[in-house]
Amino acid sequence: MGYVAIRVNQEAIENAEALFYHLRTKGNSSAPTLDQVAQYFHLLVDRIMSEGSLYAPKLAALALLQSAGDTLESAFLLRAYRSTLSRLDYSLPVDTRNMQVIRRISAAFKDLPGGQLLGPSLDYSLRLLNFELLEEDTWRRYARSLIEGLERIVPIPENLPKLIDILRKEGLVVENVADRSFVDITREPLSLPAKRSAVLQSLSRGETGGLLLLAYSNMRGYGDIHPTVGELRVGYLKLEIPHPKGGTICVGEVKVTEAEVIARFTSERGEPRFSIGYGLCFGHNETKAICMAVLDNAIHFGTGKNPSEDQEFVLMHVDGVDSMGFANHYKLPHYVTFQSDLDRLRSMRSKDGKV
Amino acid sequence: MERYNFGFLDEEAKREIRRKILKAVAIPGYQVPFASREVPLLKGWGTGGLQITLSLIGKEDILKAIDQGCDYSLNAMNIKRFVRAVTGVETTTDTRRATLIQTRHRIPEEELREDQILIFQVPYPEPLRWVKASERETRRMHAEADYGLMWLSLYEDMVRYKEVTIGARYPVLVNRRYIMDPSPIPRWDVPKLHMSKHLNLFGAGREKKIYAVPPHTSVEPLEFEDYPFRVEDFSGKACALCGSSESFLDEIVEDGGRRTYVCSDTDYCTRRRQSGATVKS
Repeated sequence: MGYVAIRVNQEAIENAEALFYHLRTKGNSSAPTLDQVAQYFHLLVDRIMSEGSLYAPKLAALALLQSAGDTLESAFLLRAYRSTLSRLDYSLPVDTRNMQVIRRISAAFKDLPGGQLLGPSLDYSLRLLNFELLEEDTWRRYARSLIEGLERIVPIPENLPKLIDILRKEGLVVENVADRSFVDITREPLSLPAKRSAVLQSLSRGETGGLLLLAYSNMRGYGDIHPTVGELRVGYLKLEIPHPKGGTICVGEVKVTEAEVIARFTSERGEPRFSIGYGLCFGHNETKAICMAVLDNAIHFGTGKNPSEDQEFVLMHVDGVDSMGFANHYKLPHYVTFQSDLDRLRSMRSKDGKV
Repeated sequence: MERYNFGFLDEEAKREIRRKILKAVAIPGYQVPFASREVPLLKGWGTGGLQITLSLIGKEDILKAIDQGCDYSLNAMNIKRFVRAVTGVETTTDTRRATLIQTRHRIPEEELREDQILIFQVPYPEPLRWVKASERETRRMHAEADYGLMWLSLYEDMVRYKEVTIGARYPVLVNRRYIMDPSPIPRWDVPKLHMSKHLNLFGAGREKKIYAVPPHTSVEPLEFEDYPFRVEDFSGKACALCGSSESFLDEIVEDGGRRTYVCSDTDYCTRRRQSGATVKS
């Protein structure tokens, strides 16, 4: 008989893993340090922290090194680590008006109170490969020259007024703020229809590409949001928890990107107004924050007819850890289920007289 | 792995999962939502089953893990490796010795006992997903026992193919109340759920659901009087290793296209051979 039962031992799993790690050591260059990864690939690290929903730059850098730069795997490593940690407390709600911004722009008005602050951005750079950056010294000199050439540095105010507040005062906007109850999606199952806090949490740790795809479909035509970026902010937020003996205590700060988009008109509550969408995610990730804001708006104010306007559709498919795992599980053996299908197919064909 | 808690998950998570299991046992076939955690296994690779295992396992337990009936498949080996590392418990391939059995796509051939728990890995907990994509809708349908669409889809199969086209994952009615997805077990295994002596727990990590078939609970496959439910047909075939003609068989394609059949349940097959069973020729 030709058949030999395929039995895989422990060694095979370990060897496969070792072989994967062997690939990285084939070349001559030594491994970058976690600091180097966190510093040079800060946007990548930010993205991993956001999708992994754990604010830990060094761990995100480690995850990236471990998974050879696979963003889905890296976010997953952070999530799995997160499962081992107890939830000790919840930080107090943060007012993002007090964000220490490093960048703040608005597309809605030419200028706004506090001014447009471009901050660190590649938005207007020409997408030309800059071969000079291959020289580390050139890079440093270039960056330094930007700062050293300045005659004076005007500090950014600690709290900048929000553009949305101005529109609010005029009664021009309608917001989805009726439901202020708080659920923790990492501790409670998502129930549908999901509360706003659950929607925002799910989107905030969604996969960047997934959010982009859905939001883009809406902006392009399967939906009708033409988002005006009311305000986009990147900066640092101080997080505080209540102190057991009264008062509050700051437990650290996180870098976040916040987007408030002004979308379609609605006359949901009487007079026509602008509807607002909100996005906020860990780290510097403007694409994600904008798309999140678009989807937040689409889910609540949309017709429900397009995928991006269907709350269940969006929330159930936007998580990278879920979708990546499931897509890959099809690599596992399925020969028992296939046998079962084969049995059905043969039976159907014989009934048709085709065998 | 010393830095991780016994059973990897934090105690709060384990407690939540155990509570959800109790609810699932109290309402046979009902899908209980739970706050599924990430475990160091990809979603879709048994994370729901694994969370149940990790929440229930104690130091005295003996764990068996199978995938497609096989104790030695990569995924089953990997699950055992992980559970051993975070609990230190013994693992076994012997169905009779195990107190907890985590499985993907099979129920062991040997009848399980009252003191054993079978934990299924579930990719799609929702049996109605075939006929209705929306979770909100399917939850409503279950609540109202509104199963007309499901029956209609089976009927349409009859009309079109003269047979229900569902291979594995055959929908069942549990305790005469809830339609349940038995996980992608072959139809061969479905009758084993009916009035079983052991507790069956089903965990869907990605879809965040836990459900159960408690011992001595009725589990009936959906069928029509004139089109009775039927299991896979292995008539005239027997295992090429142990000669069994009473077990679910894997069809093996050999060089040249010739087919042989061997038991899918590797432990059952091995034990038969050890006790002297041979292939009749």
